Amino acid sequence: MVKDIQPLNEKETRAGFGEGILEAGRNNPNVVALTADLLGSMKLNAFIKEFPDRFVQVGIAEANMIGIAAGMTIGGKIPYTTTFANFSTGRVYDQIRQSVAYSGKNVKICASHAGLTLGEDGATHQILEDIGMMKMLPGMTVIVPCDFNQTKAATIAIADYEGPVYLRFGRPKWPNFTPENQKFEVGKAQVLHEGTDITLFACGHMVWLSIEAGKILEEKGYSVEIINIHTIKPLDEEAVLKSITKTRCAVTAEEHNVLGGLGDSIAQVAARHLPIPIEYVGTNDTFGESGKPVELLKKYGLDKEHIVAAAEKALARKQK
Amino acid sequence: MPQLKDIATQIRRDIVRMVHGCQSGHPGGSLGCADFFAALYFKVMQHKPQPFDMDGGDQDLFFLSNGHISPVFYSTLAHAGYFDKKELSTFRKLDSRLQGHPTTHEGLPGIRIASGSLGQGMSVAIGAALTKKLNNDDRFVFSLHGDGELEEGQNWEAIMFAPHHKVDNLIVTVDWNGQQIDGTVEDVAGLGDLEPKFAAFGWKVLHMDGNNMDEVVATLEKAISLTGKGQPIVILMKTVMGKGVDFMEGHHEWHGIAPSDEQLAKALAQLPEPAELGDY
Repeated sequence: MVKDIQPLNEKETRAGFGEGILEAGRNNPNVVALTADLLGSMKLNAFIKEFPDRFVQVGIAEANMIGIAAGMTIGGKIPYTTTFANFSTGRVYDQIRQSVAYSGKNVKICASHAGLTLGEDGATHQILEDIGMMKMLPGMTVIVPCDFNQTKAATIAIADYEGPVYLRFGRPKWPNFTPENQKFEVGKAQVLHEGTDITLFACGHMVWLSIEAGKILEEKGYSVEIINIHTIKPLDEEAVLKSITKTRCAVTAEEHNVLGGLGDSIAQVAARHLPIPIEYVGTNDTFGESGKPVELLKKYGLDKEHIVAAAEKALARKQK
Repeated sequence: MPQLKDIATQIRRDIVRMVHGCQSGHPGGSLGCADFFAALYFKVMQHKPQPFDMDGGDQDLFFLSNGHISPVFYSTLAHAGYFDKKELSTFRKLDSRLQGHPTTHEGLPGIRIASGSLGQGMSVAIGAALTKKLNNDDRFVFSLHGDGELEEGQNWEAIMFAPHHKVDNLIVTVDWNGQQIDGTVEDVAGLGDLEPKFAAFGWKVLHMDGNNMDEVVATLEKAISLTGKGQPIVILMKTVMGKGVDFMEGHHEWHGIAPSDEQLAKALAQLPEPAELGDY
């Protein structure tokens, strides 16, 4: 039953990153960390304390940080660049495109404070387009883990995964429900609950909200499949198709513009192989604004009630 | 070993032939920097063309930031032994490893980063220099940048960073030819005097005439002698755009256009083929 899925605690996904990079650093002497004046927000203190020589403070110069990271790979380092998601992507898109992706460099672009749940800082910082920008880059892997434990596991795993990676996580404390010390497999979708009526595909913070929505749908008598697409690219097409072949309708949920994100990736698989009704939960081609994370998710249509409504709409379309 | 001046002449012949061959490319800056490339790859740098090692441990590394002068880079790499000079004939053509702007993407030996979108190479060179320090590798990192390219802000992020972090195994050269696509650098977006700018940021600044081979070699060797002293080094290199072909010299119009058949013949007549190297 979906209702049996309960959080262990509430923790920030960025704190999972901080623990993960410390462990990655212990596992592999080539792991180095760079930041653009955000070491505290990015939870790098423990890494810096243990590996002071493997930390580069670049200052507020994100373009330079991406270029330095690309250069550091020449000679075998595995650089993790760290700043907010907006400054990790939109601000430095061409640097990532040319010096990292086109050059095929083993840089890990680690981005916190993604999406609306950054909260009060408002739209200048709440990037809702980054998944789309990053997944369009040839050769870029895009990972959006769902909670603290998974962010930690993903941070550790990408050190051993050759090639450029975009790792997106967030600011607020959030339900932490996946197992501690889990093994993270890049590109492998995670079926959190099996069901037969509808599939909820989600990434990041929206995975927990999809579980909450699943509980409501379950009470209404639906059998709900919930899949965590923590790797948006490369997409686990086999898992997506296996699920929608069974359920024949779906909802996608992401803290991102519905144009260009997870929903688009799922819809492309469906359109090519098995057209089914899909409803999208995400921001609708809009910027965000200041507010508390929960208030923003509600206002912009990303709370569990909106996921339930989207599911009922998809279910109704399936029955026609 | 041929004379460096002969190598530079051969590189210049290749440049005009390559750009003529595909009727596309950037001959002006390439010709201006031929002496610098000859000195760097045939005299100054310690490097191992075969087998090409991307990581370049215990070798000197070079990064070309102003990637549009790819013809001079490709010709140099070919004659230095990174790949067969016959491949120069594929420049800018379909299925070539010699893309319009240098890239690692097609696996051309000698290229360690893509460049073309300007202003990114100094950061990359700094990163490679930091890794050399972390790896206790005492060789050096060289890079080349256009003067017009310094209008890109990322350079100034890098120019601030390198002295602060004492990146003293880095030798940056700026091709100060004073020309860019839309006119002279001073008319388009004047940089003024680069020496006090770099010096104020904490760089050790050297000057050289980039078209005087003896001076190029001496200045690059002096730069190496100044490494390891807590400061990055910049060489402000005066060159003449189009150097070696009289009708191209000093004209920004030759930044990015190809010579006609007649112009090619005129250019090659001014660049006698050296006995020891030879055209592709």
